[in-house]
Amino acid sequence: MLTKRIIACMDVRDGQVVKGVQFQQLRHAGDPAELARRYNVEGIDEVVVLDITATLETRQALARTIRAVASEIFLPLTVGGGIRTEEDAAAVVDAGADKVSLNTAALRQPALITTLAERYGSQAVIVAIDAKRRDNGYAVYVRSGTSDAARDAVEWAREAESRGAGEILLTSMDRDGTRSGFDCEMTAAVSDAVNIPVIASGGAGDIQHFADVFTAGHADAALAASIFHYADTSVTSLKQFLRGQGIPVRL
Amino acid sequence: MIALIDYGAGNLTSVKKALVSLGTEFSIPASPEDVASASGIIVPGVGHFAVTGALAGPWQNAIRRAVDGGTPLLGICVGMQWLFEGSDEAPGVPGLGVLPGRVRRLQGDMAARLKVPHVGWNAISMPKPSRLLDGLDSGAYVYFTHSYAAPVTDNCVGATAHGEAFAAAVEHGHVFGVQFHPEKSSAAGLRILRNFLGTCA
Repeated sequence: MLTKRIIACMDVRDGQVVKGVQFQQLRHAGDPAELARRYNVEGIDEVVVLDITATLETRQALARTIRAVASEIFLPLTVGGGIRTEEDAAAVVDAGADKVSLNTAALRQPALITTLAERYGSQAVIVAIDAKRRDNGYAVYVRSGTSDAARDAVEWAREAESRGAGEILLTSMDRDGTRSGFDCEMTAAVSDAVNIPVIASGGAGDIQHFADVFTAGHADAALAASIFHYADTSVTSLKQFLRGQGIPVRL
Repeated sequence: MIALIDYGAGNLTSVKKALVSLGTEFSIPASPEDVASASGIIVPGVGHFAVTGALAGPWQNAIRRAVDGGTPLLGICVGMQWLFEGSDEAPGVPGLGVLPGRVRRLQGDMAARLKVPHVGWNAISMPKPSRLLDGLDSGAYVYFTHSYAAPVTDNCVGATAHGEAFAAAVEHGHVFGVQFHPEKSSAAGLRILRNFLGTCA
């Protein structure tokens, strides 16, 4: 049976892992290669590296970070943040990424999704959606959550799938960094609307939150950052708990 | 010396990295003639079956000759699918045809929340002993990412179900294939690569 994936995310700035709360207030959380080494041993299923500055000057630093992380793990590695062109994607794939995650660029030029899916396969293209609750829907934001994209998350996820995305990485901006639990309702709404895997992100605070997002949230995978960085929660004990709840995991 | 075939597959870097970590001597042949001297051949792969079209002609002939001469061959993901007669994903592109059968799209099952592509860690059951999966427990987890799959035939040594059963690992003499990505499957994956390398003289 296909297991539910536990994904560790590192937000990287200038070669260092940082962590914010609701997309603000960054603080340092360690060296990417060192964290990757720990995750590899602890049984994490997948690693995501997000370049949160993504300025031109930091692109080369990012390639170095990807190579350093890729040399520590034999697990799927996704890289996102500031990928605007086919060349940007090629640079991170050449550095060792298995998948690229598109966010702002996918909304601005949706044809990029198709271009990359044709070049690397849909399995290599993740469309990341940052959304917050508004009225009866879920408003999509771009540019690291600073700009309203005037799109609904469910409708945009459907379009991303039809254009060739292989997975959706859905982040709740309301819950990001709050440790108050994933937005299960939003995750279920998106997961039920598409036939590709949905990775839930934003709000992981304790092990029950993961069980909730895999059951009520219909998530195929759950992503968290700080809960794993600071070793508050061991991946093994999280997975043992989930298995005890009848949720299939790799142990 | 292992020959790692570069035909534009997206996981070439990852497979290289795994071979380096296992201390394997390998080369990426520049021309099909170089395949003849290899002790083993690895055809990587990920993405669309149409990419294997780049192997049609001289590469396919050279690999076929080496395999007929006894050189072990390992196909990974789309590289394994290529061992069969062909795939519905790109009907005009012929496979190597060393294994009987055709690769077809997984159907999934929306009602049971079985999505396609099949992405993630899934267990492999082992219907019979195999050199490739030696040392792994039945039920071991490996990492998959694919929408098409090969049928379960006599050559199947590792099977996985995602709505339907499909061949996760095949073995026929010295021809081996894995639908999953050993280069992304942590310790279990490295063990499988080591097992293959052990069959290469």
